[in-house]
Amino acid sequence: MSRYAAPGTEGAIVDYQARYDHWIGGNYVPPKLGGYFENPSPVTGAPFTEIARGTAEDVESALDAAHAAAGAWGRTPAAERALVLNRIADRMEENLERLAVAETWENGKPVRETLAADIPLAIDHFRYFAGALRAQEGSLSQIDEDTVAYHFHEPLGVVAQIIPWNFPILMATWKLAPALAAGNAVVLKPAEQTPASIHVWLGLVADLLPPGVVNVVNGFGAEAGKPLASSPRVAKVAFTGETTTGRLIMQYASENLKPVTLELGGKSPNIFFDDVSAGDDDFLDKALEGFTMFALNQGEVCTCPSRALIQRGHYGDFLAAAVARTERIVQGHPLDTETMVGAQASNDQLEKILSYLEIGDREGARVLTGGARADLGGELAGGYYVQPTILEGGNHMRVFQEEIFGPVVSVTGFADFDDAIEIANDTLYGLGAGVWTRDGSTAYRAGRAIQAGRVWTNCYHAYPAHAAFGGYKQSGIGRENHRMMLDHYQQTKNLLVSYTPKKLGFF
Amino acid sequence: MPRVALTPAAAALIRQLSGRHGPLMFHQSGGCCDGSAPMCFPLGEFRTGASDVLLERLEVADVDEPVPFWMSADQYAYWSHTHLTVDVVPGRGAGFSLEAPEGVRFLIRSRLLEESDLPAGAPPLGEAP
Repeated sequence: MSRYAAPGTEGAIVDYQARYDHWIGGNYVPPKLGGYFENPSPVTGAPFTEIARGTAEDVESALDAAHAAAGAWGRTPAAERALVLNRIADRMEENLERLAVAETWENGKPVRETLAADIPLAIDHFRYFAGALRAQEGSLSQIDEDTVAYHFHEPLGVVAQIIPWNFPILMATWKLAPALAAGNAVVLKPAEQTPASIHVWLGLVADLLPPGVVNVVNGFGAEAGKPLASSPRVAKVAFTGETTTGRLIMQYASENLKPVTLELGGKSPNIFFDDVSAGDDDFLDKALEGFTMFALNQGEVCTCPSRALIQRGHYGDFLAAAVARTERIVQGHPLDTETMVGAQASNDQLEKILSYLEIGDREGARVLTGGARADLGGELAGGYYVQPTILEGGNHMRVFQEEIFGPVVSVTGFADFDDAIEIANDTLYGLGAGVWTRDGSTAYRAGRAIQAGRVWTNCYHAYPAHAAFGGYKQSGIGRENHRMMLDHYQQTKNLLVSYTPKKLGFF
Repeated sequence: MPRVALTPAAAALIRQLSGRHGPLMFHQSGGCCDGSAPMCFPLGEFRTGASDVLLERLEVADVDEPVPFWMSADQYAYWSHTHLTVDVVPGRGAGFSLEAPEGVRFLIRSRLLEESDLPAGAPPLGEAP
């Protein structure tokens, strides 16, 4: 085991500044009203930097800068825009460890994950959209012998992006890469729980971007998010978060007749058919890992497989093995390379998870393992840690219906295929799902019957670029992670051209 | 028996916020990140409609207007057997809820409704404004 030194301590490979202002027009600009807020690390609960508290005045400045930059950026040849994205990716790759440690200190997630998933995925995402842009073509339709409809892709202009706190750099990348590739300028507001790591990223790549193409305004939703989302000066709003704010953003967008893309979470079922246990082999081992994926990123994933549905024939054996696998999870200091589960991202998140453990208890759910806050002692005593928890109960319970956003899975049994699908779809959401079976036909039929945008089949929690990601039902609108995102950030310009000199004859 | 109650700390925070922002409302969120938490807005900021239910009008001492507590009707279908208490904890929720800049976050605590304290009838659906 090795442990990275915490930022700001001796031997650290990355340090945070004592304060971060807004990044507007290629410069750091103090907040107009002069306010700052403290940013604690969830690892220890202690503040490590302070962040500009943005308001409508700062948002307007950022929009000014973005509008000044959008035209030239949108006219920049695709090859040059793609080159900028590739250079960003290269710069990130050269500094992968530094970004990973900064992200872990900011969010509380284990450095094992930031090193192997968050940052490598973000790097690849920039490269993917560089490639997608180079390969994008317009189209033409020959209407008749003398009439042609040409379709051009044009950028929207200036777009607003509001980023969640569970994967601060990766989620920013999911939104930035396609928007920049498509030729837009961006005003981005990071989450107030994780406002700092994006500035470490900016410190690495800012010189690669023309001033004003990316602007970062920090602050609270009510003070900075609202003026950004409700501005008539943005051509689109992209948001990842929860349903009430999603509705509010749609409401603001409707006032301005602007499009939105929304990713609003889920309560994803992970279905284990009887034949998973037909052999004691690699596949069973993989399926047990798939069950345990509920603890990835401390369960703070919109697609957390937080409902495990296990067929009755192997229910007892599979669940016993799953409990044993879960109890082998190593929880500890997020900067230890052996740590599998780190800290929840904030104190209110910790409190919410504990409130759900209480609800589960009152509704009669059985705790099979975990079920409480984890006290890791020492310097971690003030951090936000929860034991990986398995609850057993029924799908009507609130712990089966609501996103707890913690390392908590709720388990229930099912009789047959139809029962599995009925339970899987008995939810307000439809973002992710998992299907585990050795039978290809069952896998196909289940995948098609589940109302969710992403059905992992004999795998879970893979997020490669080039696989579309997004929700059915109340899980949102639009997709991410795929070249179709270019369309989400572009207008279609149609030139309808007549090549005949002859009049129509109407007038 | 009301469906929604306030802890003294939550009532005090509502007094403080209403002094600054005027009349208030809650809408219970669902989903990702800060979902499953109640969001507090200036009254009327969030448009409720026929897809929402009004669970309570919370009376707070020294606050002129009661604070309506809303939830989407389909979410309420899964919550209707529980009594909700709005509490407040240190933290920093995202979303557009008014209390986040104060370094605190509203939080829902729940218990099962008993037969005896079930309110008469279903809560009213909202109407389009």
